[in-house]
Amino acid sequence: MYEGVVQNLIDELGLLPGVGPKSAQRIAFHLLAADPADVKRLAHALLEVKERVRFCRVCGNVAAEEECRICRDQRRDPHVICVVEESKDVVAIEKTREFRGRYHVLGGAISPIDGVGPDDLRIRELMARLADGQVTELILATDPNLEGEATATYLARLVKPMGLKVTRLASGLPVGGDLEYADEVTLGRAFEGRRLLDV
Amino acid sequence: MSLYRDEGVVLRTQKLGEADRIITVLTKRTGKVRGVAKGVRKTMSRFGARLEPFTHVDLQLHEGRSLDVITQVETLRPYGEALVADYPRYTAGTAMLETADRLTLGEKEPALRQFLLLVGGLRTLVEGEHEARLVLDAYFLRSLAVAGYAPALSECARCGAEAVRAFAIVAGGVVCGACRPPGAAVPAAETIALMIALLRGDWPMADASEPRHRTECSGLVAAYLQWHLEHGIRSLRHVEREPARGPEPPWTPAREPGRASPWDGTRGFGPESTPDSHIFRA
Repeated sequence: MYEGVVQNLIDELGLLPGVGPKSAQRIAFHLLAADPADVKRLAHALLEVKERVRFCRVCGNVAAEEECRICRDQRRDPHVICVVEESKDVVAIEKTREFRGRYHVLGGAISPIDGVGPDDLRIRELMARLADGQVTELILATDPNLEGEATATYLARLVKPMGLKVTRLASGLPVGGDLEYADEVTLGRAFEGRRLLDV
Repeated sequence: MSLYRDEGVVLRTQKLGEADRIITVLTKRTGKVRGVAKGVRKTMSRFGARLEPFTHVDLQLHEGRSLDVITQVETLRPYGEALVADYPRYTAGTAMLETADRLTLGEKEPALRQFLLLVGGLRTLVEGEHEARLVLDAYFLRSLAVAGYAPALSECARCGAEAVRAFAIVAGGVVCGACRPPGAAVPAAETIALMIALLRGDWPMADASEPRHRTECSGLVAAYLQWHLEHGIRSLRHVEREPARGPEPPWTPAREPGRASPWDGTRGFGPESTPDSHIFRA
């Protein structure tokens, strides 16, 4: 046990994800030895992120202003919405540079076993966005695991009466892998979604 | 033994660290096991979709100090694939997994009957011949029976009298007028008959029941289950009732002609049917 303030810091750091007691101690002593200006900058960044960052009122993505950068960008196609679980997924899709539409962040996936149902996600907000009839395609890009698939099924069923084009991201073999290691479900989906090779 | 092999059904998964998951599996021989699947969240993971909930797998584990480590997995039946395509069935299935998890408290305590019951229940749910909520209630009643909490349904739970009037969860089933505690529910006779049918596996009778009796039965069974578990089943709140269905659901998986499901009718529950059928009987 250390002196009060040092122990406080170790305890607080230990609450962070993936930081155990040993790592917390190492980070605390690194901060103690660091330049005061560096530590002030870190403290300022921590406070600022809590004060300034909010969730975009349109799509639910993290934003520094009322609307996120993507929702404010007039060049993005307003007719296509890509539905994702978390803000991290927006970044992952943006890195591909393949998608020029807009996003909707649900804030998780339906997982009854964890007590998360449709009402706990931003589904009502999505339906409100679809109500004006401007959107023509909804891309369901929830995670390709059980909860993500169930969420996609739920959403597809919900928006079906609206007559939209609803698509789901393809599942299949990862690029750079060996076929023999693919599991039955993934390989089955790869067969299901095979495409015509037009050479 | 440091390495061991077993088959089981994946009950739930929890994230661990950067790319790992803790997988809870109800196995055939070892009972409930919690194992770490390293790197399973990476898209290039060799486990792929094999360790998703509902999957019936053949797995090899390495005994660890606190948690075992899953080293190899093969899929036997991917029940989750069919279930996620049908939302009401998916929600019913998650309630089954959560109940199986709660009813098998100790880790590595063999629970063969619970395992066989869960596999049978999931198979029936996927086959889609009976309403999802009926399959779920049948599973609840039978898993409670296997755990030693079978409700008394034909005679008074307290005195054994045959003229029963009410259903008292605290008393352990139906009760007669004299033994009836205050606040006991008075369900329709048809509801009690439906519960008996579900517990025995009398599917023709269960399928012929009226929606209002099914709703009443679900309410009683859910309350009875949660009282005995001393814990709420979180998934139950999200279980969706299916709309009235026609005789042939569009997604029913193709089955070989002439080959009946072990859960068809009373088959699979009587002594004359499958070797494991004894576990489904009340």
